[in-house]
Amino acid sequence: MDKQKKRFWERMGIGQLIIPLTALALLLLFNLIRDPGFFEIVVNINNSGNPVLGGNLISVINSASELAIIAMGMTLVTAATGGQDISVGAVGAISASVFIKTLIGMGEVTGWTLIVAVLACIATAIAFMMFNGTLVSVFKIQPMIATLILYSCGRSIAYWITGSATPQVNSPIITAIGMTIPGIPVPTPVFMVILVGLILALIFRVTNTTLYTQSVGINQGAARLNGIHPTAVKMLSFGLLGLCVAVASIIATCRMSQVSHKTLLVDIEMDAILAVAIGGNSLGGGKFRMSGSVLGAYIITMLTVTLLAMGINSVNIKAYKAVVIIVIVAAGSPVIKNRIAALRNRRSVSEHSAVKGGAAS
Amino acid sequence: MENIRDEAPRLFYDTTEGAARMQNDVVLTMRGISKLFPGTRALDNVDFTLRRGEIHALMGENGAGKSTLIKVLTGVYGKDAGSIHIEGIEGEAPIHSPQDAQNAGISTVYQEITLCPNLTVAENMFIGRTDGAIVNWKDCEKKATAILESLNIPARAKQELSSCSLAVQQMVAIGRAVDMNCKVLVLDEPTSSLDEQEVSMLFKLMRDLKSRGVGIVFVTHFLEQVYEVSDRITVLRNGKLVGEYPVAELPQLELVAKMMGKDLNDLEGLEKADRHTSAATETVYEAEGLSSTARRPFDFRIRRGEVNGFTGLLGSGRSESVRAIFGADRITGGKVRVRGKAVKITNPHEAMKHGIGYLPEDRKRDGIIADLSVRDNIILALQVMRGFFRPMKRSEMEAFADEYIKELNIKTASQNTPVGSLSGGNQQKVILARWLLTHPDYLILDEPTRGIDVGTKLEIQRLVLKLAEENMSVTFISSEIEEMLRTCSRLIVMRDGNTVGELTGDELTQAHVMETIAGGGVQHG
Repeated sequence: MDKQKKRFWERMGIGQLIIPLTALALLLLFNLIRDPGFFEIVVNINNSGNPVLGGNLISVINSASELAIIAMGMTLVTAATGGQDISVGAVGAISASVFIKTLIGMGEVTGWTLIVAVLACIATAIAFMMFNGTLVSVFKIQPMIATLILYSCGRSIAYWITGSATPQVNSPIITAIGMTIPGIPVPTPVFMVILVGLILALIFRVTNTTLYTQSVGINQGAARLNGIHPTAVKMLSFGLLGLCVAVASIIATCRMSQVSHKTLLVDIEMDAILAVAIGGNSLGGGKFRMSGSVLGAYIITMLTVTLLAMGINSVNIKAYKAVVIIVIVAAGSPVIKNRIAALRNRRSVSEHSAVKGGAAS
Repeated sequence: MENIRDEAPRLFYDTTEGAARMQNDVVLTMRGISKLFPGTRALDNVDFTLRRGEIHALMGENGAGKSTLIKVLTGVYGKDAGSIHIEGIEGEAPIHSPQDAQNAGISTVYQEITLCPNLTVAENMFIGRTDGAIVNWKDCEKKATAILESLNIPARAKQELSSCSLAVQQMVAIGRAVDMNCKVLVLDEPTSSLDEQEVSMLFKLMRDLKSRGVGIVFVTHFLEQVYEVSDRITVLRNGKLVGEYPVAELPQLELVAKMMGKDLNDLEGLEKADRHTSAATETVYEAEGLSSTARRPFDFRIRRGEVNGFTGLLGSGRSESVRAIFGADRITGGKVRVRGKAVKITNPHEAMKHGIGYLPEDRKRDGIIADLSVRDNIILALQVMRGFFRPMKRSEMEAFADEYIKELNIKTASQNTPVGSLSGGNQQKVILARWLLTHPDYLILDEPTRGIDVGTKLEIQRLVLKLAEENMSVTFISSEIEEMLRTCSRLIVMRDGNTVGELTGDELTQAHVMETIAGGGVQHG
């Protein structure tokens, strides 16, 4: 029975996800005990008279969307380069500025202008990420240093693009993307996460992205001798991160119907890196599991929403968050993992010898 | 010798007692040691006994459990069963960490030197073992000098470690180890990166330590070395103890047989096997004036079904030649023809597309993708050749992996096992499987037999001959000339980055190769 269970877990590849899953379960349990009302899902009627789901859970799932999407891209960059991109928030501000300026520039928002703006936004984000990718893969600069450049100047670039104002755009299409589509009570950003997830899953299915990325992340030299081009693989990971950043910046823009170069996706890079780590991925690169990072994103957001629901003010939240995160990250550290593995091993030895003894007698 | 010992009298045990007495003094007893890893029993009820003043060789093929036993002894791994007793310690020795082992008098020098190359010799000898925060380095230097002199280690205390040769670095590591009140000295493959002269220097030091009463556990792959210095041999196979033998009572051939658990006839069979000489005349690969950033221009050709090899001393340019053929280094010039057609090979991917496979010299650095599974490692090259947009089906991967695990007899718990956790010989087989799976026309094997056990070495040599019979062309490089003479029908001899001769037919004798290396050969490009 036990063995079968283990095999099932192995087959599902859940091993790495045990810690984030446990953390999530504990958070849910904590809320259940604290206040079962936390789980209440209500149906509100919004300004335009459409039903919209509300409540803490919906709020978690909704507001984690940008983070979850960026965490997916961050996972790939981490796996391929063994480093992290800290410019995602700043690049997001740039691509959001391009998005909104394109929309405004074309006058009225229609399906076609939206598509043009989206494409411009994606192209911008990918171009800036390629700049990062070039520094990292061609010039072999440490990812954190390379991306520090756009981290520090990206929001200034966004400021130039927006022309120092906070451009606004008012259109039911934009609200539909940022809030809900009339008739569908679930917030649209949730579908965007699923969409990006599906696109990436499709890419993984029809290409060797996973195998190549992991090989390069684990042993670049050996990967090269097997015909893989490490530079191309790293560029690809930055390109896909660019795509993720673009989508996240569109969501963030549409939520507010405006772009503020100062606050759009601010501080998201650290949460994204954290999500990757909580998901059980090594920040040193190599093997990765994207679902872990997505789970990490929801855990972080759930934590924030829980603390808010407990009435802790937003200044103190970061400190409380830090404590919980220390516990999660420590639980996933190699030291604790090895301890647990050793414990399990010892148990299986005693089982083994018990079986042996049984057979002998 | 006497006066040397007087200079550093506190270093070693009192050895005034007779040598015969010393021989029987047991310093270390390991009984019934078992160690379980997920899926495998790495050690199963193993006993090991070390006496004072003896050099005790621990022998076995890769995966036999030597390293695991050493790691249990030195506290790197915990044991799952058994007991360790050390002379002078009541009851079971409390070894739970490398520090505990050190305190109990067990010192280890690993294969890869684990000192800090940019510190001085003295700093390396005393770092991490001074009391308190304030260190009197002057004092340490004095002490270091005493140890270096007493052990005849040709290094100065103030010298930066990286300026010493590998052998001297190794000796410094030993000096550090024995200074730490050491009863048991473990040397894990100490000679694998040393040349002959350096090895004899190291052996002198080992004999010296032995005469001072230190018990030495010597792990190595080199059979000759075992017979040169050891007093006793313990043989392991598949995690089990085969036996303990005095060296004089165990002829070399018998030792090999015991390590492999095979019949002696198997070994002799290969010695007699005729070299494969290809009858075909089609040239599979031809290079004219090929050069890379690491290799001066050279000419090279290989026919279908031919086995040839590059030979020469370490660093003579053997590996650089094949790396140039495979496009692993940056190519700077030359014309290349594959099956008569002019082609350009400037990176590994292009070489692969033209049917060339390359097993690199440094397995850990260039070969395995350690964290990936055995399966992923096997299918990697084929997958890359099929292309980025044509991923294999999972079932296909599994079938390929199964096929080659069986065919090459790869010992692994499952296809999902990370390849890094396999023993060296099995890792090598995984990389071989990777290239065989691509069905190359031309396979380059650079040191495929280095650092692996005798049994696997023979398997690989047999495989090379079999592949040639199936019309594959193979370039085989080995530091052991006997291996090359056994398998190659043509040898390209190199010296200092140049081709200095090409031997075929009757010229293929050890004497001839040596002569050519030494300068008797015809000068080529």
